[in-house]
Amino acid sequence: MPKYLLLKHYRGGPEPHHPFPPMDQWAPEDVEAHMAFLRHVRELLRENGEYVDAHALTPERSWVRYGGPDAAPVTTDGPLPETSDLVAGWYMIDVDSYERALEVAAYVSSEPGPGGEPLYEWIDVREVMSGAASDD
Amino acid sequence: MLDDGTRGLDEGALRALVPRVLAALIRRGEDFDAAEDALQQALLEALRVWPEHPPRDPHAWLTTVATRRLVDARRSEAARQRREEATYAEPRPAATEAGDDTLFLLFCCCHPDLAPASQVALTLRAVGGLTTREIADAFYVPEATMAQRISRAKGTLRGRRLDQPGDVAVVLRVLYLVYTAGHAGRVDLAAEAIRLARQLTLATEEPEARGLLALMLLNHARLPARLDAGGRIVPLDRQDRGLWDTREIAEGVHVLQSTLATQTDDRPPGRYQIEAAIAALHDDATSAEETDWPQILAWYDDLVALSDDPVRQEPAAVLGRAVAVGHVHGAAAGLRETDRLREVLGDRHRWHAVRGHLHELAGDVPAAGAAYAEAARRATDVAERDHLVRQAARARASAAAR
Repeated sequence: MPKYLLLKHYRGGPEPHHPFPPMDQWAPEDVEAHMAFLRHVRELLRENGEYVDAHALTPERSWVRYGGPDAAPVTTDGPLPETSDLVAGWYMIDVDSYERALEVAAYVSSEPGPGGEPLYEWIDVREVMSGAASDD
Repeated sequence: MLDDGTRGLDEGALRALVPRVLAALIRRGEDFDAAEDALQQALLEALRVWPEHPPRDPHAWLTTVATRRLVDARRSEAARQRREEATYAEPRPAATEAGDDTLFLLFCCCHPDLAPASQVALTLRAVGGLTTREIADAFYVPEATMAQRISRAKGTLRGRRLDQPGDVAVVLRVLYLVYTAGHAGRVDLAAEAIRLARQLTLATEEPEARGLLALMLLNHARLPARLDAGGRIVPLDRQDRGLWDTREIAEGVHVLQSTLATQTDDRPPGRYQIEAAIAALHDDATSAEETDWPQILAWYDDLVALSDDPVRQEPAAVLGRAVAVGHVHGAAAGLRETDRLREVLGDRHRWHAVRGHLHELAGDVPAAGAAYAEAARRATDVAERDHLVRQAARARASAAAR
């Protein structure tokens, strides 16, 4: 069974279906509905035997590279352009087919937003190469 | 007692034996690494053999089998050199008290040459008797990673003299790390930390060991009310106090009082006793409104005074104190306290969360919403982030409704 990474983004990706404010500006009941949906997705994937892993990332980001011999690592300072891609988190799923991965991603994208309307959020679907490096 | 316990393979009784047997082997001059491996093999054999043939003396049985495994291991050429070194090591007199063994093993596992993550892992394995799988699950890392961490920690101890008394302060810090890691994982590390702290108080007169045990009990008592049925964090002032564990509170208060009674002006209470006293005052209030904030502030003053540079060394204490100032002297005074901390702590999510709380106390709901939203953006724990997003949405909704 192939594994897929479904990436959610803070920013970047195709033009959003429609703009929406950050979640802390939603009505409290819409926040609850959204969080309940995320829990439901996780439970559903577990029940289906398709769940591998899910994690959220903080929006803080540092870029770092080797600084050369006897030099400290080089990090970027200063904010990055607002257009750069910023991953917010992922689901890793183990499914029968690419089609099923798209189906799950589209379902994730239907998560309720302000007023209970679907967010239509773009989900980045990436196939994970087989032959895992991990021995766990 | 143990004879009966092992017939049904009482896990608690078996685990209680682990530190005693291990300590005896190490005191005899055996290598920590080799002794721990041998004991793990003996435990596996015990699980296999005991259900059919319960031993008369489980302690002696485990010691004998582990010793046999050690002898087997020595037959390999690689192990020979270590044995020769061990022969020269000065053997310590055999201990008779189980408490001594626990303390001795805790000093080994919390050796200052080990990194905190290794101290925690080794303590849970060698003193707590947890399996590598259980420890890996508790910290959400692959079992192979945790096995390697433990193996490297034991490697670091190889050849170290383990007969010097260690630093109780390090042991206390490690146990507190175990406790605080215990709220999220699949293994109940909080209960395990309390069990180990209880053992530690039997082994040492150190008042801070009792302070730590009291602190853990008094915080753990509130755990049943900390999350609602949907897994949402419930802040202290909105918790259903009827869900608090009154037995644990009573024990925590008793442990704390007996310790504070032994303190003098020359030897004032340390940080764990002070934090336990603050926890006790929260536990003692039948409603949030009845919280004795002046007393809590007085204890925070003592806590902050323990450090030369509290803002950098004790950020949780100075932020907790700012909240207490807000409740005693008014929200504006509390906010002025946080202004003083902004330069050093302004990047932390907790600084913003405290500001949100104080703004709300002052009735400035829009400012509270903005502070909670900023705290949510900086949070690193999912449950806490979700809680802060809810606080922000709630504050903004009530500001809009005005």
